[in-house]
Parts: sequence; structure tokens; C-alpha cells
Amino acid sequence: MYAARRLAQAIPVFFATTFLIYTMVFALPGDPILALAGDKPVPEQVLEVMREHYHLNDPLLVQYGRYMLGVFHGDLGETFTGQPVSELLQDRWAVTAQLALTAWVFELVVGIGLGVLAGLRRGGIADTLVLAGTTFVIAVPVFVVGYTAQIVLGLNLGLFPTAGTEEGWPGSYLLPGMVLGSFGLAYVARLTRTSLVENLRADYVRTATAKGLSRRRVVGLHALRNSLIPVVTYLGVDFGNLMAGAVVTEGIFNLPGIGQQVFQSIQLQEGPVVVGVVTLLVMIFILANLAVDLLYGVLDPRIRRARA
Amino acid sequence: MRVMRSRAAALAVAAIMLSGGCGGGSSPAGGGKEANAFSVALTEPDHLTPGNTSSDYSITVLDTLFETPVAIDAATNKPVMRAAESVTSTDQKVWTIKFKPGRKFSNGEPVTAQSFADAWNATAYGPNGWTNNYYFANIEGYDELNPEKGEPATDKLRGLKVLDDTTLQVTLTAPFSQFPITLAYIAFAPMPKAAFKDLKAFDQAPIGNGPFVLDGPWEHDKQIKVKRSPTYTGDRTPKADAITFKIYASRDTAWTDLRAGRVDLMTTVPPASTGEAKRLLGDRFQQTPDGTMDYLGFPVFDKRFANPDLRKAFSMAIDRQAIVNAVYDGAFKPMASLLAPLVPGYRENACGEACTYNPAKAKELFDKAGGFSGTLTLWFSNADPSYEQWMTAVANQLRQNLGITDIKFRKIPASDYLTTLRERKEDGPYRNNWVMDYPSPQNYLESMWGEGNRMGWKNEEFLDLIDQANSAPTFDESIPLYQKAEDIALAEMPMIPLWNWQSQVGFTSRLSGVNVTPYSKNLYTISVKQG
Repeated sequence: MYAARRLAQAIPVFFATTFLIYTMVFALPGDPILALAGDKPVPEQVLEVMREHYHLNDPLLVQYGRYMLGVFHGDLGETFTGQPVSELLQDRWAVTAQLALTAWVFELVVGIGLGVLAGLRRGGIADTLVLAGTTFVIAVPVFVVGYTAQIVLGLNLGLFPTAGTEEGWPGSYLLPGMVLGSFGLAYVARLTRTSLVENLRADYVRTATAKGLSRRRVVGLHALRNSLIPVVTYLGVDFGNLMAGAVVTEGIFNLPGIGQQVFQSIQLQEGPVVVGVVTLLVMIFILANLAVDLLYGVLDPRIRRARA
Repeated sequence: MRVMRSRAAALAVAAIMLSGGCGGGSSPAGGGKEANAFSVALTEPDHLTPGNTSSDYSITVLDTLFETPVAIDAATNKPVMRAAESVTSTDQKVWTIKFKPGRKFSNGEPVTAQSFADAWNATAYGPNGWTNNYYFANIEGYDELNPEKGEPATDKLRGLKVLDDTTLQVTLTAPFSQFPITLAYIAFAPMPKAAFKDLKAFDQAPIGNGPFVLDGPWEHDKQIKVKRSPTYTGDRTPKADAITFKIYASRDTAWTDLRAGRVDLMTTVPPASTGEAKRLLGDRFQQTPDGTMDYLGFPVFDKRFANPDLRKAFSMAIDRQAIVNAVYDGAFKPMASLLAPLVPGYRENACGEACTYNPAKAKELFDKAGGFSGTLTLWFSNADPSYEQWMTAVANQLRQNLGITDIKFRKIPASDYLTTLRERKEDGPYRNNWVMDYPSPQNYLESMWGEGNRMGWKNEEFLDLIDQANSAPTFDESIPLYQKAEDIALAEMPMIPLWNWQSQVGFTSRLSGVNVTPYSKNLYTISVKQG
């Protein structure tokens, strides 16, 4: 019931985003067809044929209407080189999904691990190192981390392939995944640490300890579970962020995914591609948020009851 | 229980990732590392139909798959026969092309004069909307295939006549001595009958008459594989069995991959990495001449720039060598000619004093011409960061040497830049770039300074000389006439020559016999070290 209601909310969001993005691409200056030709002269006739083919002469609303009509018939339009957008997304989708999932699992495992380590030994060496390290990672822009990792770990040390997808998963995705996940990892570690430190001081933890439960059970079952609620929220939202963050990472590591495509298509003003990709990203955001909300119930029974 | 559940979740994630891994369609390690094969770094081509692309990336691939009637010899910069046996004319207007007999497409279909006529007709046919349409504008009947309004009544060029299986007669609209050299351009390659059953499918999987054939589908944004053609009998017998074109979205990444030995050949080493490339690759880094030129154009239609002396003063106030050293690590060549050095008829110092850096003389000329008041706006596109760097240097030199204080920049999105120039919205000097189609002075002079040019410059004597040169009885006799025309364009200076690009080729120690020329990457000459 709850999930269905949340999903229904996605419908107006879908229309609003597609329209907004379409308008934005439409409003970009310049003639995309003429730009394709480069410096060479192109007869007006050829330009007209192309404009006609992509309906670029129609007013915005007609273009958008035509696009949506196509979408409901399963036709997402085509790129300026004549490749169907649906085919293109299919090819590229797998790349971005693998990259984002690698980054996400990296964030989740290493981030929570470091957070717990730091939180349990507050003020200790591990804590100081984690705090300093994460501050550093948050401060440095992704592309600097990316190029540095590529040159040092990929080229100089030869631990990872420098670019491309030839090695498949996991080989080709580990290094870009870590780069993409590094920023989120820092946040996850800090959130886990703070939250855990707070909960360890809570009454129920003292009670549990007083009841004679082992330290392991107290931390693992009682304190950690409560501490993870803000972390799960972050991880959920961040999955969407990872998809968007792929624009930079995919560029550096030459991964032919959604991010690289969206960057190229904005430059070429390929309306259908940009709208298709961004709408998909919005949908993923919505679904990820929904998943987070549903997960709350698992972690905290009070929330589950309140919804019923 | 709960522990179990979370483990199940982790497994599910792993399962999704693994299934994604299979769906990615990525091939096992080392594309192009097998036996007698190598890989070439490339940017995603736009099309693979010879008539529908002018992109250098597409042409790099098409050059392995197709053969044009003639080719250009890099030593002499003159045409030599390739698919054709001879190209002759008595009046420079009606040309007879004899093709070599017995050649085959990779699907077994014979290559005939009709295969060439079919391809040319399709490219010239307006409703197809193919990029290279314009290259056929001087063949008789072009206008009927590209009417101002409505559908064309015919889809065949009147000027093309197939006389027999190996002979094609071409009638031009006016005498044109440079015609044979234009036949080296990829738009003049033949297409088999099979192509016309489904042109869209052909664009994805072209069938050509060249030394290589496609091996598997074009994997967009990933790779294009080609292998030795079984039906090829021409002169370009390949040394390697197969080539993989690995597609990169960024040159910098490709360069990193080359250093890691993951790609074997790169023909566009970024200018910013020149120093590094020289150091790391030694003689495996080659700088080869290129036909591409950068100019600074003036909106001559704007009366503030109408005085040739003012334009010359600008030219003399720009220290080309200093800019090239600073921005392009000295890789590009400062120019005192409108033509690139490899073009027949090039004169090293055609421009003379007007292109020599001389701040004092420049200032004198500038003052004599009445100086410049108001804001000077410099226009360029954001396609490459180096454009802004050199424009800034130009601005500084104009400020210092001519005393123009109020200088502004207009950086235009790449997709909008040419539209801006076409609509003449620019109100100041702009970056103008030219990529050579074929090594003829005509390709530069007529395209950029001829009728309806961007600057709004018009000189009857210049146009007359170009006409005379185009109808000269031989290529050699046309050269002095083009040079005279160039002199006029330089004396009036509606556009300042700046520098000539260099191709920067780098390759790994696996390769030998690399012979990249301005006209072809010559991938067929490359052999791979075994073991």
C-alpha cells in the first residue's frame, strides 16, 4: 500500500522532469545540425533534410509531444548518427550499473568498517587516522583523485588496468569504482562513527551491558543497528549520486556508460538522449529513496508500526 | 536469522553485478594483443558510409575498408592511381576515369564503374542528407539533385556516364584542373549493390573494396575490429592480420593507455604531452606534417576592420613563435603563408614582412591606419582549452604592442560557434581553422577566400585568378596562378595566417613500419613484433 502510493508519486515527477530537460536542451543556443558539419560548407537542402528528420523545425510543445508519444510506444528516438536511443542505453546501462554498484559496495563495506573501527576506539590512533583521511578525501575533487589513481595505481604500479572495459567485471571496474566511491565512503565512515559514538552512550546500551550481554552482541546487535539508520539514508540517496558522479569517472577511465554519453550528448544537443538518460536517473533516485524508506522499517520497528 | 538475511542481500548484490558483467559484452583481455594484430586509439566515428562522413576518425577506419580512385603520394603530394588506372581529360571539363579490372568487394561483388557512379549519385542526392554532398557540386546535374524547393525529379547525376564496366565519364560544370586530386577523398569510394538494399545497415557494417574487412559488428564507443580481406588484390597488402580500433572519449586517457601498453598506436598525442612523449617514446614519437591551419579572421564587413593596413598591423604585432612555444610546446609551426607547407605551390615566406613579428613597425602602421577605438572582442569556441590560451596571448600582445586597452573575449559553445560566424554575429577577430581535404591551393584559397566567404571580403581580381587556375590545362600550370591569388589575399590580409598543425604519432615497441602521412594512416604497412 505504502509502496504503491510512493510509486504513484513518481508519475508527475516523470512528466515534470522530462519536460524540464527537454525545454533546457531546446533552449541551448546554436543549430545542432549545422554544428555537426564542422568547418565544411553544407548545402541548405542537406541541412533541411536533417532538421526535418529530427523535427527540429517544430515548436517546443510539438517536439515534446512527439517525443512522449514515441516513448509510450517504446521508441526513445535516435541520435544524430542514427543510432536508436533505446539500443544505446541498453549497451551503456550495464557499464554504469556495474560501476555504481562496485562503488556502492566499496562505500558500504569499507565505509561502515572504518566508521565502526573509529567509533569503538574514539580518540585512538585509528579514529584520528580515519578522521584525517576522510577529511582529505572529501577536500580533494574527484577528478584529481581519479587521474592520480590512474597514473599511480594503474600506470606506475600496474595494479589495475588504466582504462577501458576489456577486463570486464571486476577487473576493469575496481579502480574507477573506488575512485567514484571514495567521496561517499568518507561520509559513510564519518556518519557511522558519530552515530555509533552517540549510541554507545545511550541508556539502552548501558542496560544491555548491565544485563550481562557480551560486548560483541551489545555493539553488533543493539548499538550498530540503531546507528545505521542515518547511514542507510545516506547510502540510498548516494546510489543516485553515484550514477550522476559517473560523468567524471567514466570520462577519466574511458568507460562507455551513461555518464560519458550524457556529457557528449549535451555538447551535441541531442535532446532525446539527454532526456532519456536524465529521466532514467531521476527514476533511479525515486526508487532508491523508496527502498531507503522501506528499509527503515526493517531497522526500526517503531517506524514500521507508525506507517500501518 | 538476521545475519542470514544480510548475507542473502550481499549475495544478491554480487549476483546482479556478475550478471551485469556478462551483459556488458566485454571481450577478454588485450584487444589486439593476439598474434599478428595491433590496436589503434580512435574517437567514436560518426558514420562509416564513405559519402556520409568527413570526420578524421571515420576516415581512419574507412581507409582500411575502402579504396578511392586515386591516392596522394606523400613524397610528392601529387595524385597516384589506386582503384583507377588513369584519369584523363583534354579540356579539364570532361574527365575519363579508367578503373583497374577484376577487383572485388569483400562480399565477392565485382567493383565496376557502376559501383562508383552509384556511390557518387547517392552522396549527391540531397534528400539522403549525407555530409559529403557538397563535394559533388561541380559535377553536372548536381543542382537537379539538390533543388531549392521540393523533391528532386531525378536521383542520378547527369554528368556521370558509365561507358563500360571499367570506364566512367565525368562532366563538370566548369573546367577544373584539380579534379584528379579530389578523387583521393573518401567520398569518392565505391559502394556495392548490396549496400543499397539497406543503407542504414551498411552504415553499421560497410562492405568495401579495401585491404581489410570488418570483423564482427561495430561495438559503439568500445571498438571496431577489422581483419585481412580475402578478396583484396590491390597494392596495399597488409602486414598484420587484424587491427582493433579502440574507442576513447578523451585523448588524454588514450595517451595514458598507450604509456601502459594497452593500445599500440595513437595519431593524436595531445600537444600538452609533447615533452613527455619525446622523453618516454624516443623515436617512437613522430611529428608529421599536417594540412591543418589556424588563422585569425577579420569581420571585414565591419568598417572598423575595413582598412588592410590595420589588419596587417595586427599580424605584425603577433609573436607566433612565442605563442606556439608556450601553448603547444613548440609542436606547431608559425606560418607566413596561407597554404600549409605540404601543399604544392607553398612558399615559405609568401607573406613576407606582414607576417614577421615587428612591434615597432606594427605600431607605426596601426597609428597610420587610424588606430582602433572602442572594445576589441576576440571570438573562439570552447572546443579545446588551448584556444583560449592562445587567444589570451594574442590579446596581451595586441595590448602591449598596439596599445589597445579594452579587449574582451567571447568564448562560444562549440556547437554554436560556426552558426555564429555564419550569421556574421561576430564583431571582432575570430579563430578560423581549416582541415585540408586534398593538397591543392584551390582547397584553401577558394574555400576560405572565395565567393561568399565568412569575412565578407570580395576581390574581383582574386576570383578571376582562381577561375583561371581552375581551368589551367595542367596541375603544374595552375600553381603560379594560385600563387598570384594568394599574394592578393595576403596583401589585403582579411585573414591572418597563424600556425600549421603537426600530427603527433606515438606507438609502442611492438610495432614497426609505422608510416603515418597527412593523407593516410597507412595501417597496412605496420608489422607486429612477435613474441
